[in-house]
Amino acid sequence: MTIPTGKLVDVPPEDSVGVGNRRLTRVEKRAIAAKGKLSSPWASGIAILIAILWTVPTFGLFITSFRPQSEIQSSGWWTILANPGLTLDNYEEVLFGSSTNFATYFVNSIVVTLPAVVIPISLALLAAYAFAWIDFKGRNILFVAVFALQVIPIQVTLIPLLTSYVQWGLSGSFWTIWLSHSIFALPLAIFLLHNFMKEIPASLVEAARVDGAGHVKIFFRVLLPLLAPAIASFAIFQFLWVWNDLLVALTFAGGSTNVAPLTVRIAELSGTRGSSWYLLSAGAFISIIVPLVVFLALQRYFVRGLLAGSVKG
Amino acid sequence: MDWFINADTTVHKFALMFFAIFLFVVVMGLILFAVDRPKRIPTWVVALGFLAPTILGLTFGLVYPGLRTIRDSFYDRLGASFVGLDNYVAAFTEEQFQIVLRNTVIWVITVPIMATIIGLVYAVLVDRTRAEYLAKTLIFLPMAISMVGASIIWKFVYEYKPDQPGVNQTGLLNQLLVWVGIPPQQFLLNAPANTFFLIVVMIWIQAGFAMTVLSAAIKAIPDDIVEAARLDGLHGVGMFRFITVPSIRPALIVVVTTIAMGTLKVFDIVRTMTGGNFGTSVVANEFYNQSFTIRNQGLGAALAVILFVLVIPLVVYNVRQLRLSEEIR
Repeated sequence: MTIPTGKLVDVPPEDSVGVGNRRLTRVEKRAIAAKGKLSSPWASGIAILIAILWTVPTFGLFITSFRPQSEIQSSGWWTILANPGLTLDNYEEVLFGSSTNFATYFVNSIVVTLPAVVIPISLALLAAYAFAWIDFKGRNILFVAVFALQVIPIQVTLIPLLTSYVQWGLSGSFWTIWLSHSIFALPLAIFLLHNFMKEIPASLVEAARVDGAGHVKIFFRVLLPLLAPAIASFAIFQFLWVWNDLLVALTFAGGSTNVAPLTVRIAELSGTRGSSWYLLSAGAFISIIVPLVVFLALQRYFVRGLLAGSVKG
Repeated sequence: MDWFINADTTVHKFALMFFAIFLFVVVMGLILFAVDRPKRIPTWVVALGFLAPTILGLTFGLVYPGLRTIRDSFYDRLGASFVGLDNYVAAFTEEQFQIVLRNTVIWVITVPIMATIIGLVYAVLVDRTRAEYLAKTLIFLPMAISMVGASIIWKFVYEYKPDQPGVNQTGLLNQLLVWVGIPPQQFLLNAPANTFFLIVVMIWIQAGFAMTVLSAAIKAIPDDIVEAARLDGLHGVGMFRFITVPSIRPALIVVVTTIAMGTLKVFDIVRTMTGGNFGTSVVANEFYNQSFTIRNQGLGAALAVILFVLVIPLVVYNVRQLRLSEEIR
């Protein structure tokens, strides 16, 4: 997944047409645009071709995951109409079969992900508040330092972290993954949430201060409710990042049945049983389904977060 | 103590998870409660209460390990004796690592350019059409899929069955080849073309990101500019070339550099599809290999540092571009 770096921008909601002061309705604009652009059949052709290229691979594996094992090996998924027959056997086998046991890894993925989303966001919110609204010496230098830490690729940190965890007797436990993900998320989270915080009118904070509210009260009563959308967009990011992560989990959990999440298990399965497509296809969809549902349900927030992390032209 | 470290049943795992979250909430609650006396406590103590956990975490988890790895990159495979620049010399001169570096360069050049071009073209083509929302969602979906999942999806597209009578191809790409009369290929085994077949997966994932950001930028182009250009007789390709692309140049640069940064660190795809074999390894994969499989700590550290150094100019350029575009606004 791409990590955005950058600055908050005002972004039109995904489905609105542009920004600015316009009088034209959507339909009129469409008419204008259609005249100039998409009249060419070439343009529509290219767009449809790209859309097909981007969907067919997923669709093919999806169909395959419901076909009987023998059919998967002897014919392509596009012959599904000629060789009908759908089954849930693959899912049953991959979830509960003793050699694959994806149900356990599914639980691991959930247990890994929740704290690794909640903890860094809470920490980042507090830190972002301090950087935005508390006046203290060295604030700017510290903020720039935290911002600069985004440069560090996680690869650089893995071995020393692993050594520390082993020394503390934590190796191979959930704690290592929770801690690592929380720390790795902080620089970007602080930066993005700080930008959102800065957008809140200072008069609101001042008013609360005049009423005698301390920083803790202002943080919880004034800022948190206003920041809910920003928090949602970063939470989705962090959720997708942690759920889909392979490197961190592989390093700290290894292949352990008790800790390793789905991604680690599938990557392993792809190496050891690379042609067992009845297992791989069903396994892949079990790992894909949760982020896909979250993503489709909260796409608006996701797009907002993505654009906040990038820039408007 | 053991209860807190080893969880082996589902109930136990969830209990441990809620305990962890609970512990975190209690600790943070105590800290905040302690600093919540508006008048009597100096501001810097309050700031410390808000920032201390973050600073501790970043120091322990990013700053210290980073410095430690830089040190290790000048030491031998066990981290015991100083070897100067030997690890770096090995990483740049030995043939196997030169292939790794060459592959990484190919990835970092190809993926951002292709993903951006496809994303841009698609964003322009579907802009303000009837099915825009659906069309965008289709391209965007791969972003929600893990790179591991995407690798499995594409590995199946590349699936190869020997070319014998009675054997049907089950991979779509090979079937297409057979239909047009070309013998099926081992797409993932034959170097150097296999690297490009891995790159396709990354482009497939990143194009959605490029499309979304660029689409927002295109929508932000003021209507009067577009109208004026249209009155001057610009249409189709001309409009794209002289109005759209120049107007969204800052967004284009940010997209290219952001994708380049992600591509530089690509690991999951190579690991899942070929395991780095058949001449497809890249720096991030070779780092993992050296560090955890071959256990050559010094060389692994050197590769990580190389990655680090390669990322820096991209980030600096990205940030500078952001600054510039802000000043213009």
